[in-house]
Amino acid sequence: MKLKLLSIALGAVAFGAVSSASAATLDDVKAKGFVQCGVSQGLAGFSNPDDKGNWTGLDVDLCRGVAAAVFGSGDKVKFTPLSAKERFTALQSGEIDILSRNTTWTMSRDTQLGLNFAGVNYYDGQGFMVRKELKVKSALELSGASVCTNTGTTTELNVADYFRTNKLDYEIVAFEKADEVVGAYDAGRCDVFTTDQSGLAAQRLRLTNPADHVVLPEIISKEPLGPVVRQGDDQWFNIVKWTHNAMLNAEELGVTQANVGEMMNADNPAIKRLLGTEGAFGEKLGLGNDWAANIIKAVGNYGETFERNVGENTPLKLPRGVNSLWSKGGLQYAPPVR
Amino acid sequence: MAIQETASAADEPKVALFNDPKIRSWIFQFVLIAVIGWVIYSMVINASTNLEKQGIAGGYGFLANEAGFSINFSPFIDYSETSSYSTVFWVGLQNTLVLAVVGIFFATLLGFTLGVARLSSNWIINRMAYVYVEVLRNIPLLLQIFIWYKGVLALLPTAKNSIDLGFMGALNVKAWFGPKPILADGAGYVGIAFLVAIVMIILIANWAKKRQMATGQRFPVLWTSLGLIIFLPLIVYFIMGQPLSFEFAEVGRFGPRGGMPIPPEFTALLLALTTYTAAFIAEIVRAGILAVDRGQTEASYALGLRPGQTLRLNIIPQAMRVIIPPLTSQYLNLTKNSSLAVAIAFPDLTSVFAGTALNQTGQAVEILAITMLTYLIISILTSMFMNWYNARMSLVER
Repeated sequence: MKLKLLSIALGAVAFGAVSSASAATLDDVKAKGFVQCGVSQGLAGFSNPDDKGNWTGLDVDLCRGVAAAVFGSGDKVKFTPLSAKERFTALQSGEIDILSRNTTWTMSRDTQLGLNFAGVNYYDGQGFMVRKELKVKSALELSGASVCTNTGTTTELNVADYFRTNKLDYEIVAFEKADEVVGAYDAGRCDVFTTDQSGLAAQRLRLTNPADHVVLPEIISKEPLGPVVRQGDDQWFNIVKWTHNAMLNAEELGVTQANVGEMMNADNPAIKRLLGTEGAFGEKLGLGNDWAANIIKAVGNYGETFERNVGENTPLKLPRGVNSLWSKGGLQYAPPVR
Repeated sequence: MAIQETASAADEPKVALFNDPKIRSWIFQFVLIAVIGWVIYSMVINASTNLEKQGIAGGYGFLANEAGFSINFSPFIDYSETSSYSTVFWVGLQNTLVLAVVGIFFATLLGFTLGVARLSSNWIINRMAYVYVEVLRNIPLLLQIFIWYKGVLALLPTAKNSIDLGFMGALNVKAWFGPKPILADGAGYVGIAFLVAIVMIILIANWAKKRQMATGQRFPVLWTSLGLIIFLPLIVYFIMGQPLSFEFAEVGRFGPRGGMPIPPEFTALLLALTTYTAAFIAEIVRAGILAVDRGQTEASYALGLRPGQTLRLNIIPQAMRVIIPPLTSQYLNLTKNSSLAVAIAFPDLTSVFAGTALNQTGQAVEILAITMLTYLIISILTSMFMNWYNARMSLVER
């Protein structure tokens, strides 16, 4: 009896002692020696383990960039695969330090979940994929179709809005895991597979016959995908935000993974400030002044990670499109290091 | 009496207050309650302060907001994308209950049949029931759901090559498109006739029992009942001018649409839950029957009852006392196991409310509290009903 009481009391004390996880994330990360990064359960080009079990992808590179900024090495990062449903809880509870999992920035997520979006590393939009044999040319012909999608996503809401406003009859089949959605679509349970266009390009590779399917021309939503951190820790928020910005500025200034060493001696003051040979911009973030140089050494600039993971020479074959730099007519625009 | 007690209390040797067992037990119980209360209090405070600190919105106001997503199965409640989150809750609850009720019905039928078959003197029937029970109850339920969903129902033909079932509609990988009954004016009277038939059957059964007790004459209750329950509604149905028609699925661009589609997610869950729980029920029934003394059977035979009558009139009523309590547990298990729906996209309470709605609103604490409370209430109501039934079935001692 006494023992039991004691253990209950101890449990209660332990429970009461659990404090908010929103304390200084940078200190926690430095103390444990790695960045814990929440990624998808496998989405080619964005976050996917290769045949040796190493995570690769655009979202993964952002986490590696943050690890490089903090520790000087892009390998000091651990990955937690999360379903769409689990992702925000994992971040809120402090299980992960960054959520970099093709997550759409929306107002309600920004204001109601206690989270902050630290930028947009891929501008996307929702599309539809159907079998070629159905000879569908436009999404407006989809009345009467069954649509497979993921639960807990903006996709699920967009598709409801689109079919309702266009007065199309449909049946939704919503799975928790991306694998299950692909499997159900492949088995013929649904006529239509809907997700972000980049996701369609990635998941298509996993279908039995990728060539038998076609992505419809309509883009029905804006899907700005980006990294997310907990609200209330501005320092960590800044580190993640400026990791992305550093990669964009590097591309704009022509700093690449290959030439970052010689660029350290460049005369261009913008490059000097970025790479830390002038000023103390890194210190103000709580990092070393070579923070950006380390990011570029680890993963390259934004253009390089894009081409390496999702670009024309990868199986996904995604065009740069709206994700080009602003100077080339795209939307990717980073504030200057100054 | 009272005088005697005070006298004996005065005689007792004085003990230290702390060693008095009565006071001691009071102290311990008080401390335990205080600790439990403190744990609950600190959990609530801890959660609410941390949620506030992290800037996570709270409260139950979200229930009135528009859900904005679609649900593909809602047989009785009208649901659309513009419905509120509270409607999502009711739709989820409805789907859980439909699954549970239909599942319990079939699991009980199958379980009783198997349980009796397990005791059959026919070697083949006996062994088949044995193999069924051992295989089904030793494979995890989630795996069985996947086998039904991905291994059986996903192999049905595609929408283009649907199997035509004639009056029963069409069957393909997307759903079973059954005929949807459309009720016209006057259909209510058919329902009333059906209820009247049931009441009459109960009255007749009681009267027949009394008469048999009094005179020993038997009355063909079964045949009368069957006649009543079939012909009474049927006669009313024709008098009212056949107020029932069926809507069938029509073949469109994407295969059959309309009618009454039963999605494979529902079918897979129902099959898995029914066959799995039936294996446990079979064992409970077998144990219950074996618990009835062999002498009871022999006594029945000695009285000239046939084996069927012996089972129905003597063995089963006595076995029920042993069967009902564990059977209740199985019913509760089936209801709670239905939350595995989340694995295959069937929109039950866990999947659509504690899943989709939770994710779209981010109100984890509130939604999980509501969901847990709901399962608790369903389980308690089921238990209460089964306890009442058990009390009715228990041995009446005279």
